[in-house]
Amino acid sequence: MLKSKNTMPFYMDPWFWVKLMVFVIFALFLVWPFSSIIINAFKSNKVDGFTLNNFDKFFNKKYYYGALWNSVAVSVVPTIVAVILGVPMAYLMTRYNVWGKKLWHILAILSLMSPPFLGAYAWIMLFGRAGSVTTFLAKYGITIGTIYGFGGISTVLALKLYPYIYMYTSGAMESIDSSLEECAENLGSDRLRRFVTVTMPVVTPSITAGALVVFMSALADFGTPMLLGGQDFRTLPVLIYNEYLSETGGNGNLASAISIIIVIITLVMLLVQKTWVSRRNYVMSALRPPKEIEVHGFKRFLVTLPVFLISFVSFLPQIVVCASSFQHTNYSSFTGGFTFENYQNLGSRLWSSLANTFTYSLTAMVFIVIIGILMSYAIVRRKGKTGGLLDMLLMAPYVIPGSVLGLCYIVTFNVKPLILTGTATIIIISYIIRKLPYTVRSASAFLMQMDPSVEEASINLGVPPMKTFWKVTARLMLPGVFSGAILSWVTCINELSCSIMLSSGRNNTLTIEAYTNIVRNSVGSGAALSAILTVTSAVILIIALRATKGKISV
Amino acid sequence: MSNAVIIKDAVKKYGDFVALKGVSLDIKEGEFFTLLGPSGCGKTTLLRMIAGFNSIEGGEFYFGDRLINTVPAHKRDIGMVFQNYAIFPHLTVEENVAYGLKARKVPKAEIEPRVREALELVQIAHLAKRKPNELSGGQQQRVALARAFVIEPSVLLMDEPLSNLDAKLRVQMRTVIKKLQRKLGITTIYVTHDQEEALAISDRIAVMRDGVIMQCGTPTEIYAKPENPFVASFIGVSNFLDCNVEADGIVDVQGEMRIQVPVSRNYVGPARLSARPEQLFFAESGMSGEVQFSTFLGDFIEYEVKLDGGQSLIVNEYTKDTTDVHEPGEKVHLSFDPSRISVYEAESEEVITC
Repeated sequence: MLKSKNTMPFYMDPWFWVKLMVFVIFALFLVWPFSSIIINAFKSNKVDGFTLNNFDKFFNKKYYYGALWNSVAVSVVPTIVAVILGVPMAYLMTRYNVWGKKLWHILAILSLMSPPFLGAYAWIMLFGRAGSVTTFLAKYGITIGTIYGFGGISTVLALKLYPYIYMYTSGAMESIDSSLEECAENLGSDRLRRFVTVTMPVVTPSITAGALVVFMSALADFGTPMLLGGQDFRTLPVLIYNEYLSETGGNGNLASAISIIIVIITLVMLLVQKTWVSRRNYVMSALRPPKEIEVHGFKRFLVTLPVFLISFVSFLPQIVVCASSFQHTNYSSFTGGFTFENYQNLGSRLWSSLANTFTYSLTAMVFIVIIGILMSYAIVRRKGKTGGLLDMLLMAPYVIPGSVLGLCYIVTFNVKPLILTGTATIIIISYIIRKLPYTVRSASAFLMQMDPSVEEASINLGVPPMKTFWKVTARLMLPGVFSGAILSWVTCINELSCSIMLSSGRNNTLTIEAYTNIVRNSVGSGAALSAILTVTSAVILIIALRATKGKISV
Repeated sequence: MSNAVIIKDAVKKYGDFVALKGVSLDIKEGEFFTLLGPSGCGKTTLLRMIAGFNSIEGGEFYFGDRLINTVPAHKRDIGMVFQNYAIFPHLTVEENVAYGLKARKVPKAEIEPRVREALELVQIAHLAKRKPNELSGGQQQRVALARAFVIEPSVLLMDEPLSNLDAKLRVQMRTVIKKLQRKLGITTIYVTHDQEEALAISDRIAVMRDGVIMQCGTPTEIYAKPENPFVASFIGVSNFLDCNVEADGIVDVQGEMRIQVPVSRNYVGPARLSARPEQLFFAESGMSGEVQFSTFLGDFIEYEVKLDGGQSLIVNEYTKDTTDVHEPGEKVHLSFDPSRISVYEAESEEVITC
């Protein structure tokens, strides 16, 4: 019998090259840099060869290991608070006819997507040593506790990050088939019992997924503890930054060791959550999503009040910062009145940082969109043997905090063959690696819902596979790509922890510029720049939300 | 070039699982050929191998005398109608239909009239400017049909095209498809799990199970002379009775009846007899039993009769032939025409009647 050759050689398959390209990008800008800091962590200026000196130093000096406990504390506590705020909000928003539902939803997204230091900054303006509320109360002899340190950081992070819990949970609550709850009721459970025995177990996997994201974001957060930590309360990302600055000229050995420790913590949390969920995964497709309960009058007020309070308080920083930016200042504090002088004084710094922000973020977006489309297709439709690995690489940016990736790049791209430190290129690359997952996840989720036979129909009608991909598949994926890309873009614009380590000063983006001014206590410029940043992000998000009819999920 | 489709020893494997175990078919030019079988029998797998969407682990596929094993899907010149239509949601009806023509670089001036003609053939010319989300299921089905045949393919493939439609529309659309196929004379391979649909629409049917063709023939052949108990029970309804073949086609039915059946070969030993409900009739003598249940269905009455041996049989009696209804509890005798039943070897399940 004729032995027919039925499969084409691997190098004829364009998807082989797509996957190879993605692997090369991740190998070059994630695996290699991260491996170099692992090696770096076990080296020291004082000894030749490998050593545990850095880890020794870390675990023996309170200055260092104290920061480890601080970091864990300001990650765990905000996570718990965020669950306490987010779950009830999700329940009320999905089950009751809350007044102004859309507005609260938008406010939640806006506070999540706000610049990373904004909450801390606004809280300092209100409750700081010279804060307006503090001074106002002081007139009447009332003193309030300090917002610097553990309590303040936890509050700010919980209020900024609770929307993750709210969104993950409401997503799950909307997909519970209402007959499940009706069945519980029918079997004689009262409402509370039903919530505890049926609703909660079904949404818990989503809550833990949200909690994991909150934990990782809080642990990686750099702006908040920098502003609110002061001299006494340091967290690991702050240490990495400080160590790197003080070790300038050195190799960042200790900073590398700290980076390894922080990544190990996130990895452990990730594995714990994954193993826990894998044993309790209830897949549901709601045939009949739960109905909204109509309440009226006072009851409606009661269900609206908590939602209003949560979203208002978490959105408050953006109002405070924008309002303050129009006040007169005596350089280091606000003096009241109304003026545009803070904006007028910005001068060329504004334009150069604004130009940098948009050039870098938009350049990154071009790559993110193209790589995102190709990568999500490869993951969903051409899984093959390497699909799982691709999926795993996508988790990496969640696991590796911005400051760690920044350090990785500095250590790796400071020497030949690839010297990129201090260039715009390296900032753009860090954006691409860190923010790509938003686009890929959104696009893959969209693609999974798409019927593959549409592509087959096009091929069948005579359009070659790769042409079909661009003509039909990519075209149909656009809504999914768009909603993910918007998040990638806004988070690029607000990126601080990684780019601040990579910027050489003339590469400062709007976020870095705003943050630097705040740290220098130049309150007027800081507020004006933060306001511009906040409004820019809000405008982009609101336009996107309108264009997608609210279908942006974080 | 002839548009016959010839398949020799097609093999499909998914890992260790063999989905097709050497299937051979000879589909004639212009024929309406149906692959029929329960889900998982390999019918869609085979269709997708013909279309070029599944890899081929063994065997040869020919269009006419052209071996197409290595021809990529987009160069096979096949029209295909998908189960869920696979209409391009971002294109209008006419753009959908024109898609394949544009890919073939048909001159613009020619595209317009051909699209119009195709839409008229499926009676949706008035919907040309609509977007797919403004169409009903039946209308989308017509778009999918027009899009598949407008390119004048050498072969038309249809993968359960009617399974998403409601019962009434399904009957209506199968007539549309059949008439269209006759008119255009395109060699058509049709996949379905619905035996009634297969009987109604096909020139020939291949009944499949577990990656093997159980029987291939015209609808009448398959219905009247099923070659094995699987086909007998999958197509229509059959009653099975254990029996014993003595010599020369003498069959002893559980000691109650002795009949002579026409046989194609000599066999002696235990066997199974299959008879359709409408081939059984009430008689003065024959197998004795008791009516258990009767269902009046308009044009016929369906009885459940329990034989004295314990086995239950389904018997249909047409209302045009009789006026009296047998009541439950009534003692009856059942008989049948020996020339219209089938007898299979008990062990190998191979047919011995002709």
